[in-house]
Amino acid sequence: MKRFLAVMHARNMEFIRDRSSLGWNILFPLLLVLAFAVVFSGDDKPLYKVGVLGDPARLSARESGFFSTRYIQFIPVTDLDKAIDKVEHFQFDMLVDVREGRRYWVNGTSPNGYLLERILGGEKAKGFQRVEVQGRKIRYVDWVVPGVLAMNMMFSCLFGVGYVIVRYRKNGFLKRLKATPLTPFEFLLAQMTSRLILILAITVAVYAGCNYFIQFEMRGSYASLFLLTLLGAVCLISCGLLVSARLSSEELAGGILNLITWPMMLLSGVWFSLEGTNPVVQRIAQFLPLTHIVDGARAIMTEGAVLADIAPHLIVLSLMSMVFLAVGSMIFRWE
Amino acid sequence: MHPMVRFVMAPILEARGIVKTYPGLTAVDHVDLAIERGVCFGLLGPNGAGKTTLIEIMEGIKRPDSGSALYEGAIVGTKFRREAGIQFQATSLQEFLTVRETVALFRDLYPKAMEMSDLVRLLSLEEFLDRDTRKLSGGQRQRLLMALALVNDPVVLFLDEPTTGLDPQARRNFWDLIGMIKAEGRTIVLTTHYMEEAYELCDEIAIMDRGRFIARGTPERLLREHFGNVILQFPTGDVDGRLDGFPAPLVRRNGEIEIQTNDVDRTVKLLLERGVSLSRMKMRSWNLEDLFIALTGKDLRG
Repeated sequence: MKRFLAVMHARNMEFIRDRSSLGWNILFPLLLVLAFAVVFSGDDKPLYKVGVLGDPARLSARESGFFSTRYIQFIPVTDLDKAIDKVEHFQFDMLVDVREGRRYWVNGTSPNGYLLERILGGEKAKGFQRVEVQGRKIRYVDWVVPGVLAMNMMFSCLFGVGYVIVRYRKNGFLKRLKATPLTPFEFLLAQMTSRLILILAITVAVYAGCNYFIQFEMRGSYASLFLLTLLGAVCLISCGLLVSARLSSEELAGGILNLITWPMMLLSGVWFSLEGTNPVVQRIAQFLPLTHIVDGARAIMTEGAVLADIAPHLIVLSLMSMVFLAVGSMIFRWE
Repeated sequence: MHPMVRFVMAPILEARGIVKTYPGLTAVDHVDLAIERGVCFGLLGPNGAGKTTLIEIMEGIKRPDSGSALYEGAIVGTKFRREAGIQFQATSLQEFLTVRETVALFRDLYPKAMEMSDLVRLLSLEEFLDRDTRKLSGGQRQRLLMALALVNDPVVLFLDEPTTGLDPQARRNFWDLIGMIKAEGRTIVLTTHYMEEAYELCDEIAIMDRGRFIARGTPERLLREHFGNVILQFPTGDVDGRLDGFPAPLVRRNGEIEIQTNDVDRTVKLLLERGVSLSRMKMRSWNLEDLFIALTGKDLRG
């Protein structure tokens, strides 16, 4: 315990005193979120999004004209409640149910919804029952902030653990520690805990800082969000440990870490929704830890998801962590 | 210690049949070694002789291909790591920590540690105790690394080329320090390039070349065994052309000619007969450097 605390304390000091790295960890996400708040403060969707329940191909030609309108993205949905929720929060401009008892939903305060309604009506698509919903618009910044914070966490965890341990190995510090009674388990646990505490503190601080200026949409509980963040950080740190278990070249480690982080940045729905994208991409995304963090956080913040709703994400993150840690500690080498 | 007790005790450190190969190179080739408690043992050899590989195997850092390293009769393990102090040839430390914090970190890694104040005094760390470890001079850094090697009050101390890169004054200070540590009864294993260092500090030495020991014993005994004679040195210019067919072995080195002899009186007489001026003659006895060159055919730092 004494050894664990000593190594953890030393790593904390190293991180906190490395001003450039600390500054980067805090300023980068802060600036990114603020930039998004400014850049995307206006209307941000160039495309109309319409959720569709049922198969519009089975409609008569006269009725299905609406579904071939250009510049509208039609997104098939299956869960009515979730889809209505998206209309409430402007994530869908309209939801159309083409099954029995045809209905459509629009948000009474959405200009896009109004226009789409006119298009639908203009095609004389009678027989659809109008349902109006209310809700505050989810700004892009509300939508993107879980992604930005999670992405920052990803970089900090993967590079802050993976890269640093490889550097320790390369410059012989690990070898020096090997000559002491410190065990690999104590060492790895200390590195992990140090990073976990620091990244949680930074993430909370950045969230609070941004929230002060922007007031994010937060419909769920902070406790759930914190638990998800905690498990997500553990998972990403474990992944970093796995990468660093044996490598002794910083260049190679950097390359591998980039190879892991870039696909996650693009495919985990940090910047744009994966809804309506290639199913293969969506399948791949399910194997990326960041997807589960971002989806879970977004569900909590913008949809008010409760713990049970995000349980699948928590389970996947825990399983991934266990696999990464088990393999990482099995193949770990001091030299 | 009673002589009988010492006699029946097993050596504190032992290497049995150690072999370590790297692709295309046998770094350590069937080496056996036993080091008695309280001895300062010096491992000498040119670069690439296998010194570092051998002592890192004895430290449990590297795994041998075959053979075993023992500490107090048991395979090097937890007890060894608690009781051994190790200074590697090159060690990086955790960045952004001061000397004090670095020593504190290593103190916490051991169940039993020397007092911070004792370490500070012993190694004169006072003047740079709160300096970032990256801003130390070579000598200061060496003292810090030595403090880390001593932090657990070790029974055995391993030093891998501890004075390489130090200026003569810092090296001399370091020798004094080793003398003090030795006087406390600790066992020391050190590798070095410097013959004078080995001669000054070591009770016993082994000369290593191409992964094997080529000579072992006390420095005095090795010199006595290999050389019975003394060396006369002349500036080349003083003797040129006058020594053709001289009845003694001659070596040219560094602008000087060296003559080996068992009978100084007779040699000097012969030189005078040939008209060689003795005004700039020097006489010296053999040193470990000569021994090394005689045994390996290599210059030490070559």
